[in-house]
Amino acid sequence: MDIHGFLTPPADSARRKGPHDRIVMSSRVRLARNIKDSAFPGWAKKPERIRVLELIRPAVEGLPEMKDAFADAMDALSTLDKQILVERHLISREHAAKSAGSGLVLNREETLCFMINEEDHLRMQALRPGLQLRQAWTAIDAADSELEKKLDYAFSPELGYLTACPTNIGTGIRVSAMLHLPGLVLAEQINPIIQSVNKLGLAVRGLYGEGTEALGNVFQVSNQMTLGETEAAIVERLEKVLAQIIEHEENARATLLEKKPKMVYNHIGRAYGILANAHSISSKETMNLLSLMRLGVDVGLFPGVERSLVDELFILTQPAHLQKQHSEKLSAEERDLLRADMVRERLRTVSRPLAKPSTLPPGAGLDKQ
Amino acid sequence: MLCCICKEKEATVHLTQIAGDKMQKVDLCEECAKTKGVNDPTGFSLADLLLGLGASQEIEQAGGGSEVRCPRCGFTQADFKKAGRLGCPDCYKTFAEALEGLLKTMHKGTRHVGKVPEALRQTRDLSDRLKLLQKRLSKAIETEDFEEAAILRDEIKQTEARRSTPAT
Repeated sequence: MDIHGFLTPPADSARRKGPHDRIVMSSRVRLARNIKDSAFPGWAKKPERIRVLELIRPAVEGLPEMKDAFADAMDALSTLDKQILVERHLISREHAAKSAGSGLVLNREETLCFMINEEDHLRMQALRPGLQLRQAWTAIDAADSELEKKLDYAFSPELGYLTACPTNIGTGIRVSAMLHLPGLVLAEQINPIIQSVNKLGLAVRGLYGEGTEALGNVFQVSNQMTLGETEAAIVERLEKVLAQIIEHEENARATLLEKKPKMVYNHIGRAYGILANAHSISSKETMNLLSLMRLGVDVGLFPGVERSLVDELFILTQPAHLQKQHSEKLSAEERDLLRADMVRERLRTVSRPLAKPSTLPPGAGLDKQ
Repeated sequence: MLCCICKEKEATVHLTQIAGDKMQKVDLCEECAKTKGVNDPTGFSLADLLLGLGASQEIEQAGGGSEVRCPRCGFTQADFKKAGRLGCPDCYKTFAEALEGLLKTMHKGTRHVGKVPEALRQTRDLSDRLKLLQKRLSKAIETEDFEEAAILRDEIKQTEARRSTPAT
């Protein structure tokens, strides 16, 4: 089956709801596992990688929660399809670069995704909309417990699960959340926040993880240390820090609206102006402006407009998704034209932002649930 | 997490650099970051930093200059220096000494306290149980409680049998 036909349409994907999804776009827990007595994927020769793939893939496909899953070898997917999976945050950029000997198993709901022979033999992740770290951990823990009955993991009583990179050893866990933080960026408070989060042993990364920039004011926060702490303790620490970041973001928004409303309205109004009228626009600029429009929806400048409209455009305007909608190969310049056409068309029914919120919008204040 | 240069102060600057298809990470305290000129990310190479210090140096020291090779997969220290990743699970044994310091700077502790695969946990529980039974057996023999000793011996035999054929 074609991966594009399998994936949830962007319109539905953008409508997924979760706790605190005003700020927390998604939660993820990833576990790294390796097979005993086998070289790690980066060092293994092709026959060994294929052997490991053929060992892991049926075990994963046999999980009850992976019924009706999409499963394929990475060399069976086109570059474009792999890029689409990256844009959906279902696989890493590193995994997209893999071909023979690597594989992917993804469930129907797109809540469980298994990368086989990425940096480690098996990287499994549970994904949830909004802030749901605990639920994600429970789900992936259960899948892992089922798999360990069939797969002989590389495990040492002292060092825990052995991973290709010493940074993942022990629990092999990476707990992360994707956050939309335009308030902290506009208030110029983002750098001190990042620094204090770093001090707590957590990493802050860009939209696509490792080594990427924070396009569209989207940041990923995740744990860095994996050894010497239980999974539950790591999840709890993340939860605490995220609760604080959410509060800081809400405070930053409230303060900006109180002290510098014109600055905020100006940014949002200009973002709308460009998005609704441009005839050529890069994906980077689109994301940064959509972020401001998302903020505009949050603070009530676009009455009647759903956040999902913006979130859908976030997905659709990215390069691979745009290319997928057209049969002929597009150059970057052509994509910029088509992207602008699509955004203009989508915003045709969206009225320009109010000069200021007519009434205090729901949730404009502190969003404490 | 401690700074990987001075190993004294808390690391507050965390860097990841991707060169080609390789990824490297360093954690520095503010002062070391400044002296290394890390604030200007374009003008410095994480690889050089790592090569000069941190991981590779420790690996080199541990190997005493001679080439240590993983008996299972043939991976060497030089390979680790290049890739920042290990060759196979056994490499953790091969390069244990060298990795110890690295793990200390990277993580909260050096011992795993998280999840343990169920099968292993059962074996571990049985081992603990065996130790306990053996202790009680010696005590029983010491106090010449032979009735108790006979019971314990049977139980030890059963436990040993269960350990060698773990339930799947």
